[in-house]
Amino acid sequence: MSKQTEQDNDVGTTGHEWDGIEELNNPLPRWWLWCFYLTIIWGIGYTIAYPAWPMINKATAGVLGYSTRAEVAEEIAAVATANGPINARLEAAELTDVRADADLMQYATSAGGAVYRTWCTQCHGSGAAGAVGFPNLLDDDWLWGGDIENIYLTIAHGIRNEEDLDSRYSEMPAYGEIFEDGEIASVVQYVKSLSGTPDDATLVPAGQELFLDNCAACHGENGMGDQDLGAPNLTDAIWLYGGDTDTLTETITYSRYGVMPPWQSRLSEAEIRAVSLYVHSRGGGQ
Amino acid sequence: MAQMIKLIALGLITLCAMIAANHARDIAYQLHAILIMLIAGGMFLWQVRRTGEDVTPAPMNEYHDGVIRAGVIATAFWGIAGFLVGVVIAFQLAFPVLNFDWAQGYTNFGRLRPLHTSAVIFAFGGNALIASSFFIVQRTCAARLWGGNLAWFVFWGYQLFIVLAATGYLLGGTQSKEYAEPEWYIDIWLTIVWVAYLAVFVGTLIKRREPHIYVANWFLLSFIVTVAMLHLLNNLSIPVSIYGSKSVQVFSGVQDAMVQWWYGHNAVGFFLTAGFLGMMYYFIPKQAERPVFSYKLSIIHFWALIFLYIWAGPHHLHYTALPDWASTLGMVFSIILWMPSWGGMINGLMTLQGAWDKLRTDPVIRMMVTSLAFYGMSTFEGPMMSIRAVNSLSHYTDWTIGHVHSGALGWNGLITFGALYYLTPVLWKRERLYSLSLVSWHFWFATIGIVLYASSMWVTGIMEGLMWREVDANGFLVNSFADTVSAKFPMYVVRGLGGVLFLAGACVMCYNLWMTVKASPAKAPLSTAVPAE
Repeated sequence: MSKQTEQDNDVGTTGHEWDGIEELNNPLPRWWLWCFYLTIIWGIGYTIAYPAWPMINKATAGVLGYSTRAEVAEEIAAVATANGPINARLEAAELTDVRADADLMQYATSAGGAVYRTWCTQCHGSGAAGAVGFPNLLDDDWLWGGDIENIYLTIAHGIRNEEDLDSRYSEMPAYGEIFEDGEIASVVQYVKSLSGTPDDATLVPAGQELFLDNCAACHGENGMGDQDLGAPNLTDAIWLYGGDTDTLTETITYSRYGVMPPWQSRLSEAEIRAVSLYVHSRGGGQ
Repeated sequence: MAQMIKLIALGLITLCAMIAANHARDIAYQLHAILIMLIAGGMFLWQVRRTGEDVTPAPMNEYHDGVIRAGVIATAFWGIAGFLVGVVIAFQLAFPVLNFDWAQGYTNFGRLRPLHTSAVIFAFGGNALIASSFFIVQRTCAARLWGGNLAWFVFWGYQLFIVLAATGYLLGGTQSKEYAEPEWYIDIWLTIVWVAYLAVFVGTLIKRREPHIYVANWFLLSFIVTVAMLHLLNNLSIPVSIYGSKSVQVFSGVQDAMVQWWYGHNAVGFFLTAGFLGMMYYFIPKQAERPVFSYKLSIIHFWALIFLYIWAGPHHLHYTALPDWASTLGMVFSIILWMPSWGGMINGLMTLQGAWDKLRTDPVIRMMVTSLAFYGMSTFEGPMMSIRAVNSLSHYTDWTIGHVHSGALGWNGLITFGALYYLTPVLWKRERLYSLSLVSWHFWFATIGIVLYASSMWVTGIMEGLMWREVDANGFLVNSFADTVSAKFPMYVVRGLGGVLFLAGACVMCYNLWMTVKASPAKAPLSTAVPAE
């Protein structure tokens, strides 16, 4: 303490005092001052090197000619150049033949995986297992066909959109406007009976009659569905929206209208082919 | 006559609020109109019942401490509220199920997040600043607050601002500008309150009885003036309807973004840095009972800090539509700001020269010193993160959140707790705090909480940044966004626990302060009254 007091006396105070607070007359710490000067000098140098000072018409461009946009454009161009030849090969190949070409298939699945993770996970999930209303891409239950050509068409043109004239299109009627409530209940019980046990077996025969008259046109007489129409198979116990009584009642009453964008307008041909091959290779491809 | 005018004004406000409530186009606006109607109506009735009574004039030879006592209580109250909401939203991020279905549209993360940020910055931090600035300016000017009850208007007006802002967020009234969410009519109200605050502060400075203005007051004045300027410019907007809360910003596109981050960064610079440095410059020398280390350093770092901070905003907009030149300047000024920021830390720490032993014996000093350490750390981290190359990794990740919280919890939180521990015995005229060991408990709860918070956010922030940019040999992205979210889960839980510890520490403080007022022995009154006209 005594040493400290001596030190105070060395520098002294400014002589001011506020509510008992005094101020010592210590100089600026040297290291602090020099660091401050250094950052200022560095700052001047940096603003000469890089775009910095706004002038009347435009800002100084900096002697290095740096620009963030140019930097990104360069990186993108470098990747495009590097992948150019193999993308051309992918675009030229028959989709059905790619599997046989190990190099090309390896490239397609890693490129397709990246496309999938960026654009598809939002709905279909990062593991591609889907979610309520968004189909699982891992199983072999396909709405619009699971061979590579069909998967490609679905991705390129999308489902039920108006931007692409070739998009997949079909529409189930909302039977709430056609059936009586009791009739819907019967159809629900019949549909349940196709893949499991109905809650009330007495309603099944009536439901079957209504099904054959109204639903079989698309879903088939045995309920196996029709991939040309995007009509789901009702006998496999795999449900897009749910197979319980309440959900089936909702589906039949109000219908469903699942959509997917046409990726043709956003992705390159090579990217669409790559992501088609990626989805096809997930396990359910036919 | 004055009472007559007051009655007419209150009556008119009540009437206008009634009309506004009747025509309201949205629920936030309607609730606020009803609230203002009830408050103005209540004050009208209270005023009517008081007419004719003699008003005892306030004693002019004493400091105006009542409003500061209220400020200390408000600081503690809003602190707990803000930390609690912070803990809730931290766990909402870790466990999304806590965004309960039944409360959608009111207490989901998107609604609660601005409630948390505003509660801690403006309610907790703002009340701490107003209360301590009123305390400091009186003591260091040896003068009673200027403007009589105007100080009470500032206090209650500010609480009304907080309540309007907070309830507005829950009901969807927001401008969607970070840290400037309150809608147009709340902004107008805050402007009125802030001008009154400036008047009280400057009025007191003018009638000071000390020849010089103490350094703490420079910082506090720069905080009040700059925040006024920032608030006015960033909230320029046109209401869609006089009867609705929605407004449209005057600026658009990248200009709007630039104004927003010029505001946003200087909210950090002038609200959370300059203002709190003002607190630091009073409470640390007082608690340590040592002179300030260097007058020269205070001058140089003050002017350098306030000159440089105002240009640093564009570093929030690297790699966006903002032109490169603006982003370069933002980065360069941020880096030059490093030493001026550290000047405050050096001056604070070196003030303890000759009193370092107090770190062992006085947990309040320990708290203040730790706050300076966190201040130094985050004012190094900030310039580093403003470097374009670092920012390209750190931006949009949790690293930013960690950075903000090591500053907010470490620096602003701990220095405020230190100030509250200093103020409570003085304001309630107690001999000492109720329990120093409870202060120690608070210190350790808070410090461990901050360390858990900051380190978990560093880990997840850097991990997330690396995962986002990870590409394979062909240049394709390796991870989906959802992969990065699920990878962060364990760190989100750690962050939530850090928050719980910090909140627990604050609860210990509230108990300690309460018991100080209730149970600590009273201090013998000083024989000499200090200020006098």
